[in-house]
Amino acid sequence: MATQFIVHDKADTVGVVVVEDVQPGQELMGWTMQTDETISLKALDSVPLGHKIALRDIKADETVLKYGHDVGRAIRDIGKGRHVHIHNLKTKRW
Amino acid sequence: MGRYDFYGFRRENGRAGIRNHVIILPLDDLSNAACEAVGNNVKGTLALPHPYGRLQFGEDLELHFRTLIGTGSNPNVAACVVIGIEPGWTNKMVEGIAETGKPVAGFSIEGNGDISTIAAASRKAREFVQWASEKQRQLCTIQELFVSTKCGESDTTSGLASCPTVGHLIDKLDPLGATTCFGETSELTGAEMVCASRAASKEVADEFMRVFNAYQEVIERHKTSDLSESQPTKGNIAGGLTTIEEKAFGNLQKIGRATKFIDVLKPAEAPGKGAGLYFMDTSSAAAECVTLQAAAGFVVHLFPTGQGNVIGNPIEPVIKLTANPKTARTMAEHIDLDVSGILRREMTLDQASDRLIDIMIRTCNGRLTCAETLGHREFVLTKLYQSA
Repeated sequence: MATQFIVHDKADTVGVVVVEDVQPGQELMGWTMQTDETISLKALDSVPLGHKIALRDIKADETVLKYGHDVGRAIRDIGKGRHVHIHNLKTKRW
Repeated sequence: MGRYDFYGFRRENGRAGIRNHVIILPLDDLSNAACEAVGNNVKGTLALPHPYGRLQFGEDLELHFRTLIGTGSNPNVAACVVIGIEPGWTNKMVEGIAETGKPVAGFSIEGNGDISTIAAASRKAREFVQWASEKQRQLCTIQELFVSTKCGESDTTSGLASCPTVGHLIDKLDPLGATTCFGETSELTGAEMVCASRAASKEVADEFMRVFNAYQEVIERHKTSDLSESQPTKGNIAGGLTTIEEKAFGNLQKIGRATKFIDVLKPAEAPGKGAGLYFMDTSSAAAECVTLQAAAGFVVHLFPTGQGNVIGNPIEPVIKLTANPKTARTMAEHIDLDVSGILRREMTLDQASDRLIDIMIRTCNGRLTCAETLGHREFVLTKLYQSA
């Protein structure tokens, strides 16, 4: 089955959708690049190509990890399988 | 001929170029019209109009001269005609470029007027074009190649695949003795400590952090918000990038995993420590960054894009790659290499970087990039502060 989302690092809390047509309720196949593992996840939102999806429940104010690093903080609770973007994730800089 | 060899133009100072331009370079905004007239009169020349050069002072003026003299000195330029409003600064540019040993001539407008200046400069430009047209390509090695990189209109596919493809290439070329360069000071925000850890020595790391912190001060002084919609850009956000930190880690994939950077360059400063990877203090705006790298003597540029930045440079060919399958499909005429197969697990980063090396060497041998065929010649000078 084709890879529908990719995770950089095993520690990451978000992955990236790499196909164009992800719909709510869809079961997705994912690939963790660092460990070359195949994983699965159910999408709860429609997520455009290149946008992030939560790999687990993330609490408000929690640091979001991508590339194994801090890429900002959640500004509200984010459920596993939800779209992660400017509506729920903010920079800690500037 | 080895896999990493290429046919280039060896210049008077020994440097290897991959193009053979005769450029008509204005000192200042006032001389653009004359330069464009000469460019129109004499086929095979390239006029490079720009908006600055008057009443600049201090470090900003130094950068202006370093950028223009560096542009004329780039090995992709065979010969150069300089036109300025007055002879003093015009001669300063001519003398700077003449240090390379290449043919260069200056003309000034005051006391002559545009029409006489254009006539005299056109005669000289015609002579230069015929002289340059007889130059032959010669076999050059990878140790003679200066490669720069910068990414633009990035999205999450840039950090997943197109930037790491450039990173793999850097890790392959660095042990072979190529000279390479990355920049984009503001766009390392969030990843600055990881970047500093990639410096070859503590001194270089300290200098990187000094330059990085100086840029942060500029942003803090002028910002009116958290820079949302500027960093990341609207295009970045459309592509799925949410924060500057996320963008920075994607950006940093371009320098690979093993290579250390050996020096920190001022904007448009030529590398002075021999072969290796250099960090240059630049804006993250694509055309400004590539213009500065070209002025530092880099001859071929690798540009990963996600959402589809269309940039080119007048003298340094810009090779674009993308891993975004939608961009590869909808903007095919801008994309020199499609690495979206990495996301489908049909292509490894190792294979993708080999393909990038192949297209880079073919470009060095004379193949035109997409940006060259489409006439993209973005020449944008960096200005540090307002003029006097």
